[in-house]
Amino acid sequence: MDLDPEDVFKDEEDDPDNEFFQQSESSKEYVVYLVDASPKMFNTTCPGKDQKDEIHFHVSISCIAESLKTQIICRSYDEVAICFFNTREKKNLQDLNGVFVFNVAEREQLDRPTARLIKEFDCIEESFMREIGSQYGIVPGSRENSLYNALWVAQALLRKGSIKTADKRILLFTNEDDPFGSLQGAAKADMTRTTLQRAKDIQDLGISIELLPLIRLDEEFNVSVLYSDLIGLDSEDLAQFIPSAGQKLEDMKDQLRKRMFTKRIIRRITFHIVKGLSIQLNTYALIRPTVPGAITWLDSVTNRPLKIERSLICEDTGSLIQEPPKRFQPYRNENVKFSMDEISEIKRISTGHLRLLGFKPLCCLKDYHNLRPSTFVYPSDQEVVGSSCIFIALHRSMLRLKRFAVAFYGGSSRPQLVALVARDEITTAGGQMEPPGMHMIYLPYSDDIRDAEEIFPDTEDDAPRADKDQIQKAAALIKRIEMKDFSVFQFANPALQRHYAVLQALALEEDDIPETIDETVPDEEGLARPAVVKAIEEFKLSVYGDNYDEENDHLGKEKVGGASRKRKEIAENAAKDYDWADLADNGQLKDLTVAALKTYLNAHDLPVTGKKEALISRILTHMGK
Amino acid sequence: MARNKEKLVLLLDVGPSMHGVLPEVEKVCSMLVEKKLIFNKDDEVGVVVFGTEETNNELMDEVGGYENIVVLQDIKVVDGDLIDILKKLPRGTVDGDFLDAIVVGMDMLIKKYKGIYKGKKRLCLITNAIHPTKDSLEGSKEDQVGTLAVQMTAQGMKMESIVVRGILSQDANKRIMDENDRLLSIFSKKTRSRTVYVDSPISLLGALKTRRVTPVTVFRGHLELSQQMKIKVWVYKKTQEEKFPTLKKYSEKAPSTSKFATHQVMVDYEYKSVDDSSTVVPPEQRIKGYRYGPQVVPISDAERDAVKFKPEKGVKLLGFTDASNIIRHYYMKDVYLFIAEPGNTRAILAVSAIARAMKEMNKVAILRCVWRQGQQNVVVGVLTPNISQNNKIPDSFYFNVLPFIEDVREYQFPSFNSFPASWLPNEQQQMAADEFVQMLNLAPSGKEEALLPEFTPNPVLERFYHHLELKSKQPDAAVPPLDETLKRITEPDLELDFENKSVLDSLCKHFELKENSKLKKSARRLLPEKPSGSNGEDGNGNVSDARAVDSIGQEPVVKIEKIGDLTPVQDFEVMMTRRDNPEWVGKAIREMRDKILSLLTNSHGGDNYLVAVECIIALRKGCILEQVSPSPSLCFCCCFFLNLLCGFRCFCLMEPGPYNNLMRYLYRYCQEKEISTFPKLLASMDVTLISKSEAVDSNFTDDEARRFLDKIKPEPKD
Repeated sequence: MDLDPEDVFKDEEDDPDNEFFQQSESSKEYVVYLVDASPKMFNTTCPGKDQKDEIHFHVSISCIAESLKTQIICRSYDEVAICFFNTREKKNLQDLNGVFVFNVAEREQLDRPTARLIKEFDCIEESFMREIGSQYGIVPGSRENSLYNALWVAQALLRKGSIKTADKRILLFTNEDDPFGSLQGAAKADMTRTTLQRAKDIQDLGISIELLPLIRLDEEFNVSVLYSDLIGLDSEDLAQFIPSAGQKLEDMKDQLRKRMFTKRIIRRITFHIVKGLSIQLNTYALIRPTVPGAITWLDSVTNRPLKIERSLICEDTGSLIQEPPKRFQPYRNENVKFSMDEISEIKRISTGHLRLLGFKPLCCLKDYHNLRPSTFVYPSDQEVVGSSCIFIALHRSMLRLKRFAVAFYGGSSRPQLVALVARDEITTAGGQMEPPGMHMIYLPYSDDIRDAEEIFPDTEDDAPRADKDQIQKAAALIKRIEMKDFSVFQFANPALQRHYAVLQALALEEDDIPETIDETVPDEEGLARPAVVKAIEEFKLSVYGDNYDEENDHLGKEKVGGASRKRKEIAENAAKDYDWADLADNGQLKDLTVAALKTYLNAHDLPVTGKKEALISRILTHMGK
Repeated sequence: MARNKEKLVLLLDVGPSMHGVLPEVEKVCSMLVEKKLIFNKDDEVGVVVFGTEETNNELMDEVGGYENIVVLQDIKVVDGDLIDILKKLPRGTVDGDFLDAIVVGMDMLIKKYKGIYKGKKRLCLITNAIHPTKDSLEGSKEDQVGTLAVQMTAQGMKMESIVVRGILSQDANKRIMDENDRLLSIFSKKTRSRTVYVDSPISLLGALKTRRVTPVTVFRGHLELSQQMKIKVWVYKKTQEEKFPTLKKYSEKAPSTSKFATHQVMVDYEYKSVDDSSTVVPPEQRIKGYRYGPQVVPISDAERDAVKFKPEKGVKLLGFTDASNIIRHYYMKDVYLFIAEPGNTRAILAVSAIARAMKEMNKVAILRCVWRQGQQNVVVGVLTPNISQNNKIPDSFYFNVLPFIEDVREYQFPSFNSFPASWLPNEQQQMAADEFVQMLNLAPSGKEEALLPEFTPNPVLERFYHHLELKSKQPDAAVPPLDETLKRITEPDLELDFENKSVLDSLCKHFELKENSKLKKSARRLLPEKPSGSNGEDGNGNVSDARAVDSIGQEPVVKIEKIGDLTPVQDFEVMMTRRDNPEWVGKAIREMRDKILSLLTNSHGGDNYLVAVECIIALRKGCILEQVSPSPSLCFCCCFFLNLLCGFRCFCLMEPGPYNNLMRYLYRYCQEKEISTFPKLLASMDVTLISKSEAVDSNFTDDEARRFLDKIKPEPKD
């Protein structure tokens, strides 16, 4: 036998198969915003909103400010630092010239963004010239290299935290494509070399540097002069760089405020397929309603948080109950008591596992077989080797045969039947749209399904059904009001966006609340297009006929009006039983019952609320006495 | 709320052919009354059984006939005695006539309420309807049923018929069954009746809605297609989870003899300052705070109310789209039902037209809904058509809530295609899976769909009410085991499994699972929770290599740090399971190898060979189990060791490596020393190299591993 050691025992380290175990997602992001504050940033403009020209420095600042405001809601655990270079003043730990790290009180230089940071950063432009100042840092004859210094400071700021748990980035805003352009000869070459070396060192530490160039209309930003080397661009990426950078800048400004959740396994479950074959699955919550966030109760005087103490008090004796009480259910005129152990025992009807019962065609899963948001399941070979293989085989079979699996999920809170629906992966250029795996849909029990549609059958005749023409008209209407590429990713929750806007305005003490757009309102303009209106009118005519509106209003009014008119008539008649003026004059109103007093009030359309005295005084006022 | 009371007469067939399902009938009927005792205490129930030997009903006394029908219980307010009656239904001896029973039931309702009572009156018939009904004296049976139906409608009665069929009533006369079905369908057509056919005990338990819920509209108003076109609709809940009853807390402070003690517990919340826990902050001084970064921003309710999102009440159409654009798992909540305003013919027509057009074109509608004025959020959801199968019932829509962008978490998962080939099923495996999915069919054509949600009762609630009833009689009653019938919801159907045994076996054969022993197992996995009241085994069958896994499951009692001479195999296994330091695995493998080699070299005439082979088998198992994610130090150790051992070789090893490498060393060793008995022994014990199918990291295929064995076997000496 031929023994070839290299082949048989190849190094596991370079085995690409093992990547799955090594793939770990960073949970945090550390970002240093590095903003060029050279006079050139203040002198040049680019066309902004409303056709007004905006100064490059202003563009950078507002972009960062917007990004911070989003970040504090979306990923408030990420940390940021803001750092200017080419400044007159200096403020940094290394005491390097031309670099100014902007910060506010109660905050480290690289830290989570706070309301105060955002607020003071918002108005930095007013005080910038006075307190920080703008000045070219790289001038002929001087050994200073402000770009080098800035990178050094940024690197030092990002020393915090491990690269394994955090994603570290430097975002560089500048409009100078050739920072060493003013230098000559050896000095230029030297500075270029040291700066590139610094950038390379930073990247070797796992920190990425991104360039966000600000571009003038009349002048091109030539990335290849210095920055393509500095940020490590390939020649292939070069052509794409400028347009994509511009897009990035836009994206930063215009991000949706959406709280991000880190990918987390909700539960590891065992899936019994058949006797003797159980695999391991991880479950994930891909879709869950997002709420504005937990409420912390505060003392409105001190604004300090409050703690909530819960105590159980016996209603009969008023004494405090220490031990967890038993529960009871009134039944057959007595209280049947249950201990908590008994209750959990009742609920435990199966192991906490998922047990396959069989398969059904997809058409058996009705639209009303739903109770809660679904849960995503994905196989894991971590504990049981071979799980993925079976899962993938079943997944493929189910997709091909158009079946879903019915299983019993014996969780502790609500053991129930679930449908496992296989979904194939969908990827677009933007990345994965739908992950491959199965979705666990919680099925209702018979007790959970109601038959409200069956409560109003017309006992005499069959229910009316639309005829062919009416269906055709409806089809024409549907064609007209069609949303071609609808996806659930289309709408932001207007209530939530409004809440975030209010929160931001209050936290930053802004005067007006930023506008939020309700994307969920119908497209009135589109509906008013003549072709749409025509289709609607035709459909209306075919199902309603000519005189529907009158009939409709008539019907509605008579129904509601009939009952209330009757009631009023009764009240009026009842009110006639008394000689009100006489009673009032003699002060005998107080002798009447409240019900009798109310008949008067009803008859005269007066409010009937309040105590007897209030009713009497209301009657007297009405009579003008 | 007298109107909300229900008057119900149960008409139960207890004839001989029903005896098989009577236990289920008893269960579902007593459950119905148990729930009424809690939720609808004022409802009134009467019980009629038919198919009995005796006869006892008023109609017989008055007009004669109506034999074999016994009124077990006159209509009365529900109480515990009723449950006792229903739990012990008599077993009849005669084939009953369900039409007669219906007449008796109607008669009871009419006599008792004489048209005074305008509320809900209901008959509930449970029968298998396989026996002929008596011919009527005048007119055909159809006419008779027609008259009954008219009377039923006039009296405002509803009827629910549950017909037990299928496997539960096999040897019945087809002609009679068809005739009975036709008669029952007349009721369905002419009255507010509903007939369901069930063919399994589970669906019998699920078919009767045991809790009566009066439907309440969520919304009444216009469905606005546009400004000009509106349809009047009512919106109900289609599904709503029936929760486990919220039990009140019980206080034992008051003496149990006290008549007036409520035994209730009040829950009191006190808000105290974090800094000073002695002061209680009054409600008006509290303010809600929301997180903004590290800070908490106070927002008073007044501020919030002034600026919060306030949508106008209304249900508006956003547009139609292809049904395929809405993926099923996006449905967020329980489901709503949109029906046209009852009695409004034109609205019904409009809904019907749109629903049918949507169905034909495979479209769905996207709506924006604000159910109530003052609601603080909007709901965007999908409207799907529900074409009615029953002529009496108008077409309607189902509505499911869809997520907003904020609700969708975009987690990325590795594509299955990017998995290593060993993780992907091969052709045979895929075929086995295909067959499995095909054969384990719960909805075969021609049979009732098994585990249909509409007919599947909630086993937890059934168990609770059962326990409640037991406890009311005997306060310390233990939790009863899960009902045998309902257990079939939680476990695979044995019959179906048996029918497809070959398919299941082939699936098991094609897929192999191994527990990854590298991981520290949590107690949960070692001691699988037994379902209470179940005596069935857990079926935790992923133990492919029972002995080795067992040994790993146990905690080492003695901390063994060296492989001794007496029990090398056990020592090795204990060391492999030690998890206090990852070095142990490496040490164990190293020591085991040392031991094997020393056994061989120190053997006199092969006396140690048997022990050595045992050691090799144990090492083999250990190496297979340890195959995933090795520590680099282990590789290093092995490497180092092998250097010493072989003198010239330096490999970086995975776990199958040390073993396979040792085997090949032994092979050379035996060749050099011309030892033939040891390889023979190995071959006879079927000890091969570790192949790829056993450990992903091995580079040998099964065949290669086996060939090694052939090679190691010395040439047969002629």
